[in-house]
Amino acid sequence: MEVTLTVNGADHTLDVPDNALLVELLRERLNLTGTHVGCDTSQCGACVVHMDGRAVKSCTVLAGQADGADVTTIEGIGTADALHPMQEAFRECHALQCGFCTPGMIMAAIDLVRTSDDLDEAAVRDGLEGNLCRCTGYHNIVRAVLSARDNM
Amino acid sequence: MSETGGTGIGASVRRKEDVRFITGAGNYMDDINQPGQTYAVFLRSPHARAKILGIDASGALATPGVVAVFTGADLAADGIGDLPCGWLVKSRDGSDMIQPPHPPIAVERVNYVGEPYGIVIAETLQAARDGAEAVVTDFEDLPAVVDAATATSGDQLHESVPNNRCYDWEFGDQAATEAAFAQAAHVTSLDIVNNRLIPNAMEPRAAIGCYEAASGDYTLYMNSQNPHLERLVLAAFVQVAPESKLRVVSPDVGGGFGSKIFVYAEETAVTWAAGKVRRPVKWVADRSESFLGDCHGRDHVTHAELALADDGEFLGMRVATTANMGAYLSTFASSVPTYLYGTLLAGQYRTPAIYVEVQSVFTNTTPVDAYRGAGRPEATYVVERLVETAARELGMDPAELRRRNFIQPDQFPYETPVALTYDTGDYEASLDRALEHIDHARFAARRAESEARGRKRGIGFSSYIEACGLAPSQVALSLGAGVGLFESAEVRVNVTGSVTVITGSHSHGQGHETTFAQVVSDKLGIPFENVEVVHGDSGRGDYGLGTYGSRSIAVGGSAIVKAADKIIAKGKKIVAHNFETTDDRIDFEDGVFSEQESNRSMEFGEVAFAAYVPANFPLDELEPGLSEKAFYDPGNFTYPAGTHVCEVEIDPETGTVEIVDFVAVDDFGLIINPMIVEGQVHGGLVQGIGQALLEHGVYDESGQLVTGSYMDYCMPRADDVPSFTVDTTVTPCTHNPLGVKGCGEAGAIGATAAVMNAVTDALGVKELAMPATSETVWNALRGSRVSRV
Repeated sequence: MEVTLTVNGADHTLDVPDNALLVELLRERLNLTGTHVGCDTSQCGACVVHMDGRAVKSCTVLAGQADGADVTTIEGIGTADALHPMQEAFRECHALQCGFCTPGMIMAAIDLVRTSDDLDEAAVRDGLEGNLCRCTGYHNIVRAVLSARDNM
Repeated sequence: MSETGGTGIGASVRRKEDVRFITGAGNYMDDINQPGQTYAVFLRSPHARAKILGIDASGALATPGVVAVFTGADLAADGIGDLPCGWLVKSRDGSDMIQPPHPPIAVERVNYVGEPYGIVIAETLQAARDGAEAVVTDFEDLPAVVDAATATSGDQLHESVPNNRCYDWEFGDQAATEAAFAQAAHVTSLDIVNNRLIPNAMEPRAAIGCYEAASGDYTLYMNSQNPHLERLVLAAFVQVAPESKLRVVSPDVGGGFGSKIFVYAEETAVTWAAGKVRRPVKWVADRSESFLGDCHGRDHVTHAELALADDGEFLGMRVATTANMGAYLSTFASSVPTYLYGTLLAGQYRTPAIYVEVQSVFTNTTPVDAYRGAGRPEATYVVERLVETAARELGMDPAELRRRNFIQPDQFPYETPVALTYDTGDYEASLDRALEHIDHARFAARRAESEARGRKRGIGFSSYIEACGLAPSQVALSLGAGVGLFESAEVRVNVTGSVTVITGSHSHGQGHETTFAQVVSDKLGIPFENVEVVHGDSGRGDYGLGTYGSRSIAVGGSAIVKAADKIIAKGKKIVAHNFETTDDRIDFEDGVFSEQESNRSMEFGEVAFAAYVPANFPLDELEPGLSEKAFYDPGNFTYPAGTHVCEVEIDPETGTVEIVDFVAVDDFGLIINPMIVEGQVHGGLVQGIGQALLEHGVYDESGQLVTGSYMDYCMPRADDVPSFTVDTTVTPCTHNPLGVKGCGEAGAIGATAAVMNAVTDALGVKELAMPATSETVWNALRGSRVSRV
C-alpha cells in the first residue's frame, strides 16, 4: 500500500506492505534508527514518536495508519548544536546510561510536559509508566523532566 | 588530585557519549546492516525436555526467500565445538565439576524451552520466519525437572551427570564452625529462596556474522560486554575460526547487567553460518527470545544459621545452598554460587568461623549465570537477613548489633575466614551517615503516624560488602578460572598531541568515554576534549577482558594509568634528548615537561610532535613515536561496602508495599565522576528493589516459562520506585593507583536485603518470599492474623 506522511518536516510517499509497522517504516525505509524496538508487546516504550503532536508507540501503529500524519522522531526535535530543552535536560541531569530507552523516554517526556498542568514528581513517574529503563532507576529521568518542564 | 578546568578526577563532567544518544545517533546492533545480508531465525524448543526424533526442513527450503536451513548436526559435522564453561569448580571430594556437553545448536535432545535446535536463513526476516514455521520437528516429550530443591532426585538430564549434580562444594572451616555453634547462646536460622531474575537489558541481543571468502576473515558484530573474550572462546574452544581470522566488534550496547558476558549459541551460529552461505547473516532477538535465551540470574535455595553469644557477638555462620544452573553450564555459571558467594559471607563482620556448602544442580530451565552482583547479592541477602533477624530475636537495635560486630578501621588489612583479605574500610562511618540521612531517631514517631493512618511502617538495614575489581589473576587461576582477569590499555599520543585511549573494558552505559578521558586528561595535563576513548573492537585493541564485576575503573582504569605513566616516562626521555640532559633531570606536571633548576620546558603537544618528527634521535636508545601499552593485573580484589536503609509503608487492605524512603551510603574509595557514580547506584538500587518487590522468573511444572514477556515479568517502572538519597564515605583502595573500588553493582547487592528487612519489620514476620508482591504481603497479613487468634 502507498503511504504519504510527513516525518521531521519532510514529505514522503512510500510503498509498504500492508502489515508494516510505523517503526519499521521509520527505521528501515527512512533510516531513522534513533527510534528503537525493545520488546514485542508494546510495553517498553523505546519506540515512542510523536504522531500529529501526541506520543505514540510506533511498534503499535501500522504504517498505513500514519497515512497523512505528521510524525516527529528523536532526530526531528533538536540537533547536536541546538538541543531540545528535554534533550539538554537529559544530558545535564545524567538521565541516561546505555541510551537505548532514551529516545522513547525523551519523546514521551516531551508529550507529558506539553499536556500536563502542575507536573510534580508523582505525576512524572505516573506519566512515564509506559517507558522502561533498566539503567537509571528513573531517579535522574524524573529530575530531567522536572527541570525541562521549567524550560519548555 | 588536580582539577583540569573542571574536567579532571573528581568532577561531575557531563558525558561525552550523551549527544549521540539523545539525538538518536547511537549505533546499536540493529542499526547496523551489511551489504547482501541475510536474516536468521532460530528454531527453538517448545518443550522443556525432549528427544529430537527428526527435523523435516523441506517445507522451509521450499519457502520463497529461504537460503538455507541448518541443524545442530550440521554444526557438529563441521567440527563446531561445545560452548565451554570458563571456571572449574571442584567438589568437596576433590573431583572436578561435571560439565555436560553443550552444543551451540542442540543435536539429539533439547533441555529447556527456547533452546535453539536449528537456524533458518533467508533473504528477509519475514521469509526466515515463514521458513521456520514450515519446519516440521518430531519431538518425544519427556518429563521435566524444574525445581532446583528436588533436582537431585529427578530424572537424570545429562548422561554424564548423576543426580543432576554439577558439583558439591564446601568452603570454610567446618569443625571451627560446629564448635562455634556448640558454644552459642543464641542461634538464628532462616530458610531463604533467592528468586530467579531475568536480566532484561533494554537492547535485545543481536549479531551479524560476516565472512570474506578471499581472505578467510570472519567479522562478528554483536552486543558483548567482552568482545575479546568472545573471540578467544569462539576461536580456541568452539573453533569457528582462528583468532587471527576473527574480529569481534561490539558497538553501542544497550545495557548488559551480566547477560551480555556469555558466549551463546546464536552469535556462534551466525558466524559459522556466514561462512556457509558466504553472505552476512543477521539475527536480532525479539524480547520473547531474550526472556528464553539470555542467561537468568540468582535462583538459590538456602538454609542459613548465625550463632551468637548472649551479648550479640557473632560466633559462627553455617550456610547450605542449592544453586540452579539451568540446563547447561554457562560461561561463568559455576563461579557465581561458589567463589563469588561463599567468600562474601563474612560481610562487614568479624564472624570468626564460617562454613558453606553449595550443591549446583541442572534443571530444564534457561541457564543461570552472572547477573548484576553475581553471587554477592545472594551472599548479602543471606548475611543481612540473618543479622536483622537475630537482632529482632535478641531484642537489639539492628544498627547496634551490626556496629558491635563490624570489623574496625584499625583491623585492616583484615583476613576473613572465607579467604578474602579486605584492604580497607570504615563501616561505622557509612552506617552513621545512613542513620543521619534516614533520621533514624524519629523512626518510632513516623511509625506511629503511619499506624494512625492504618498503615504498617517498617525499617530495614543492609550493610553489604562486595569483592569487586575482578580479579587478581593469580587468585582467580588458583581457584579454577580459565582466563587471567587483568586488563589492557593503550595510550596513543597522536602527532598533533591529541590522545586516543584504547581500553579492553567495554562501555554499555557506564560512561567510560567520559570517566577514562577524565583520568587521562588529569594524568597527562591535556584538555579533556583532546582525549578519545576507543573500546569494543578486537580489531582496534589487542586484548581485553571486558566489563563485569565492577572492574572497569579499578582494573581497566588502572591499566590506563599505567600506560599513561609510560607515556610520561618516554616523554621525559624525548625532552632530555632535546635539552641534552638526562631524563632524571626532567619533571612532568600539568602537561609540561621542565628541566630541573632551569627555565627550559616543553609542552605536552611539543613533545608529541618531537616524538614523531625525530630529528637526530639516538636510535639505539630512543625510538620514535609516543604510544604505550600496559597490562594491569590487580594485587587484590577491591571491597566497596556501605549501608543501605529502606523504609516502607504497607497498606494492609491491599498488601501494597510503598518505599517511602531509601538511603544508600557507599564507600567506593576515590571517585572519578560523582554524577556517573550516583547514576550507577540509582540503577543498581532499582534492580535490587525489583528483586525484592516485583521481579520473578517463574516456570510451571512442565518447564514452561510463564513470565516470558513484559506482560508477565514485572519490571520496575518509574511509578514503582522512589527517588533516593545517596551519599558516599571514602577510604581509598590501598592497592591501585587511583584508589578506586568500583560502583557498578553495589546498588543491586545492598538494596534487596534492606527492602525485605523493612517489609518483614512492617509485617512483624520472620520470613517472606520474594518478590513481596501485594498478593504475597496480603496473604502474609492474613496468615499472621490467623496465627495470632
